[in-house]
Amino acid sequence: MNERDLRNQIADVKAGRLSRREFVQRMIAVGLTAPMAGTMLAHSGVAFAADSMEYKPTKAGAGGPLKLLFWQAPTLLNPHFANGTKDQEASRLFYEPLAGWDADGNLVPILAAEIPSKENGLLAADGMSVTWKLKQGVKWHDGKPFTADDVIFNWEYSVNPDTAAVSVGSYRGIKAIDKIDDYTVKLNFKQPTPFWADPFVAAYGLIIPKHLFADYIGAKSREAPANLKPVGTGPYVYVDFKPGDSIAAKRNPDYHQANRPYFDSVEVKGGGDAVSAARAVLQTGEYDYAYNLQVEDEILTKLEAGGQGKAQLTVTGHIEYIALNVTDPWTEVDGERASVKTKHPFFTDPAVRKAINLLIDRASVQKFIYGRAGVATANFLNNPERFRSPNNKFEFSIEKANLILEEAGWKKNSSGVREKDGKPIKLVFQTSINAPRQKNQAIIKQAFQKAGIEVELKSVVASVFFSSDPANPDTYPHFYCDMEMYQTTMPQADPQFFMNQFTSWEVASKENKWQGRNISRWQNKDYDETYKQASSELDPVKRAALFVKLNDLVVQDNYILPEINRRNCIGLKNGMVANKSGWDNDLWQIANWYRET
Amino acid sequence: MGNYLLRRLIVAVPSLLGISLILFVLLALAPGDPFGELASNPNIPPEVREALRIKFGMDDPIMVRYFRWLVAMIHGDWGFSFASRVNVDTLILQRIPATLYVVGTAQLLALIVAIPVGVLAARRPYSIFDQIANTFAFIGFSLPTFFTGLLLILVFSVNLGWLPFVYRADIPATGWMWWWENFKQAVMPVTVLGLYQAASYTRYVRSAVLDVIKLDYVTTARSKGLDESKVIVKHVVRNALIPVVTLVALQMPTVFGGAIVTEQIFRIPGIGSLLISAILANDTPVIMAVTFVFACLVVLFNLIADILYGWLDPRISFR
Amino acid sequence: MAGLTHASPSVETAVAPAAKKRRFSPGRDAVRRFLRHRMAAVSIVVLALLALAIVVGPWIWRVPINEIDFTARLAPPSWDHPFGTDDLGQDLLARMIYGGRISLAVGFAAMAVGLFVGVVIGAVAGNSKGPVDAALMWLTDLFLSLPQLPLLLLVIYLFRDLLKGLVGPEGGTFVLIVLVIGGFRWMPVARLVRAQFLSLREKEFVEAARALGASNFRLVTRHILPNALGPVIVAGTIDVAAAIIAESTLSFLGLGFPPDIPTWGRLLFDAKDYLDIAPHWALFAGGAIFLTVIAINFIGDGLRDALDPRKVM
Repeated sequence: MNERDLRNQIADVKAGRLSRREFVQRMIAVGLTAPMAGTMLAHSGVAFAADSMEYKPTKAGAGGPLKLLFWQAPTLLNPHFANGTKDQEASRLFYEPLAGWDADGNLVPILAAEIPSKENGLLAADGMSVTWKLKQGVKWHDGKPFTADDVIFNWEYSVNPDTAAVSVGSYRGIKAIDKIDDYTVKLNFKQPTPFWADPFVAAYGLIIPKHLFADYIGAKSREAPANLKPVGTGPYVYVDFKPGDSIAAKRNPDYHQANRPYFDSVEVKGGGDAVSAARAVLQTGEYDYAYNLQVEDEILTKLEAGGQGKAQLTVTGHIEYIALNVTDPWTEVDGERASVKTKHPFFTDPAVRKAINLLIDRASVQKFIYGRAGVATANFLNNPERFRSPNNKFEFSIEKANLILEEAGWKKNSSGVREKDGKPIKLVFQTSINAPRQKNQAIIKQAFQKAGIEVELKSVVASVFFSSDPANPDTYPHFYCDMEMYQTTMPQADPQFFMNQFTSWEVASKENKWQGRNISRWQNKDYDETYKQASSELDPVKRAALFVKLNDLVVQDNYILPEINRRNCIGLKNGMVANKSGWDNDLWQIANWYRET
Repeated sequence: MGNYLLRRLIVAVPSLLGISLILFVLLALAPGDPFGELASNPNIPPEVREALRIKFGMDDPIMVRYFRWLVAMIHGDWGFSFASRVNVDTLILQRIPATLYVVGTAQLLALIVAIPVGVLAARRPYSIFDQIANTFAFIGFSLPTFFTGLLLILVFSVNLGWLPFVYRADIPATGWMWWWENFKQAVMPVTVLGLYQAASYTRYVRSAVLDVIKLDYVTTARSKGLDESKVIVKHVVRNALIPVVTLVALQMPTVFGGAIVTEQIFRIPGIGSLLISAILANDTPVIMAVTFVFACLVVLFNLIADILYGWLDPRISFR
Repeated sequence: MAGLTHASPSVETAVAPAAKKRRFSPGRDAVRRFLRHRMAAVSIVVLALLALAIVVGPWIWRVPINEIDFTARLAPPSWDHPFGTDDLGQDLLARMIYGGRISLAVGFAAMAVGLFVGVVIGAVAGNSKGPVDAALMWLTDLFLSLPQLPLLLLVIYLFRDLLKGLVGPEGGTFVLIVLVIGGFRWMPVARLVRAQFLSLREKEFVEAARALGASNFRLVTRHILPNALGPVIVAGTIDVAAAIIAESTLSFLGLGFPPDIPTWGRLLFDAKDYLDIAPHWALFAGGAIFLTVIAINFIGDGLRDALDPRKVM
């Protein structure tokens, strides 16, 4: 798909021949994100859809307690320090951003009065600035007014290197923020920024009050009492917090949206495991919501039969990959295995990579392991002319793989393993410990064996596999084996950060202490060029076309084998109405949650 | 005796220092760091992890870090958790009530069940009672707690709906209802843990009693016409208690240390679940604090056991 | 008090006359006592049958352990799959047979390591005074307070590749697992043995033997140790079960065998979430562990009775 295809489709949306949702789904199918699709439409004159939030209660309160269950317990409530989604979700009870992303890629105002666009003049044509108008009359839980100073403070707080805030990625592109008046801020970027809706938006954009954190910026950030006793603008007010265990909150009577929130109090309970969390919501109905149910679909279906609740799935950009090592992990060069100075003994042969791609039974992995929670995807895009159903885009064929290997000169030896020049294909395949991944490994190993490829499976405990410890050879960036499987998350609405993981300057190596994000060490000049072009392209449609090209470049070389596009799965008790989005936190619209009677 | 106690207590100080040093070095060398989740998130630049490493003092040499920890500890500063940035002592104090309640009750239950059952079983070995007690004990320790816990949940929470399986430290009720709710939510974890523990205790008690019950002095006591229950309590049990005391002393520190698996299954906010989540997140200050307190208790109870041996068998001399 | 009272005439005369012809020996006497313990004898047979099934099984039941069959997922027992299948449609009987080899080997080897280390340390500590005892008890306390998980991760990190190089991947993992499990289970045994020693070495019969000039080594091995074995046997029998289960935890940490290799503990662990969907999965693994534990415990009971000549049957 090229720029022209994109333009045609946008025209279809404009003319009403294609629904907005359908367009967004197609963009996701080619590896883009819903927010990006939304931005493309907005840029082409299709405005973000109006607030379609369904909300029936006619007054705030009277909903009783809302009981949320997180099997990974929240440990801190300052969104700038969030260790992971669990902490972001919990912060969302108390703090809010200027705007959030809905499931269809619409930017929905929360603390903003309106969404900037070229039409309303808030968005600069050169991509160098954006102006946000803030909602007036919003109060912090302690009664102080929410103003432009708070917004500016959050930028200063986050970019201070001594604060070491995890949100810095979203804020460091800002050169200065002008305070136009108490309720208007103008963000000036360091360079033309096509994706302007990142700072102060969604999960990393939650705003903390200046008056409580101003004295605790930088090195003293840990000492702020409000780290543990949040004071925000959100629909619920802090009552109690036990890190790693529970949170209690009560309704904010002064909340800035009329008739909201519905529930009188919120109880968050953390800990345990995902299966029993699903049980507590779907089967026994002890809780109203369960977070991130990474549970085999078979079990979920069985628990749903309990009749108390349903599992609900939302599209995300998370992709389960298999990466083939470009370098040789078994030869040490200058004290480093898998050095870019080496070449992998088998994978340099494109036939081997092609055969391997054919040996991954994505359909079965989807059907029997992930079920509703993952959609098989091999190539983001196989056929540029037309879109097909994602299920037709990949192939699983042991015969074809055998044929390809045979033709390429890999003959079976006496023990049934294919070899060439006396080198039998024996691979080590590692992943983190996680029940679905081990089953996935077993399925792949069997297919490989049938094609004469011997595989040794290895699994590494997740806290080691995903650590950034330069001394440990078992981490995924070291990649001291032939193949590995893991999920790259796209917590970001914009794919730019996501796609830099295949640029040549990100190659993980001893030199950068394996902090580089290009794990497979795949390098391609064309890719690097296209990536640079995409990062400065202001026209969202052109930019999207470039990202599609980037996807193709990676995927068609068969070193990176996408397998499953994960869905975010949550459990909701029957009657609960919760607006969900895969591009923002589950609790992004917690103010609008209610229970149908 | 007093002299002996004093000497042991003085020796305990360097031995605990040694243990703390080994624990610290071990945790520092153990693979992994607390930034795993940050590392796999493309939105968070590596500089943030680097800044955090420096901020948390993780790049200094191990010995420097150890002495810093030791000096702070002597001043009563336990450090702060990397995961929640809360002071470690606050975190531990939050977890102690639930741990003492659940694990303490379970240990108590185990002893209350195991000692009489073990003694009775040994009094008539291979009787029906002994066979039944043994079979239960075998089931008890051949099934892991992750399994029995789940089994109880399926029966009592899912099928019968009698008991809750999510433990809550903050029960909203007051008065009698509060007690009742607390009792209900503790039934399953206490049973799982207590019976697992009781199973092995029973076997040890039975074996220890069998060791003494046929000794001459017991026969003598009986033939003197002493009441059977008196013989058992005064002559048999007291002499059989040495292994039992050893075992109980071994288990007491876990009343503080919590039970990782059981706490995880029932979501009990105890020390065990704090420890396991700290370990999974490589939250070293928390792991260090919990294991060090645990080590102190181990040393303390070992000492108590040694003193009890002397009381149970006066021939064991104090050195 | 085997060392002193082994020539108890009352017991000897109770035996059938045929036995009289043979020279009396405490060893033979023990065997006879053991065999008279009916459950123990049965248990030996059961354990032997289990071992036989595991060794010979693969030649009789030739279904591969990792044959994935999506059409027969979570199937209950049938003629095709006597033990049913798991969630990938793999045959559970084949997996039980294969897993049994590892589980039983690990269980017994780890128990042996744990008991050996525990008895040696406990005996040395209980028999010596002053600094040796203090040092060994310090070591015991240290091991009791070590947090297992980080230590295990450190062990994998430091030694896995080394051992793999030395004994090959399978053997290396086996040695590592046995050492790790055994290395973490000797402390209670050491404490128990030491406590028994403290008490026993002051007893009259030991005094008597000492007065007769028995060497320290002889005192320990012939007089004190046999009398301290009661809790050791119990600990040993409990440890086998604990080791089989501990192995499943280890493979869950990535320290154990590769993830596609089944063991009993692992089968039980994998089955737990399917307990209400496919109970057969957990049933056979749990049952096998239970059967092994029961057999070992009865053998343990038989042993202690056999070693205790005062016991009249």
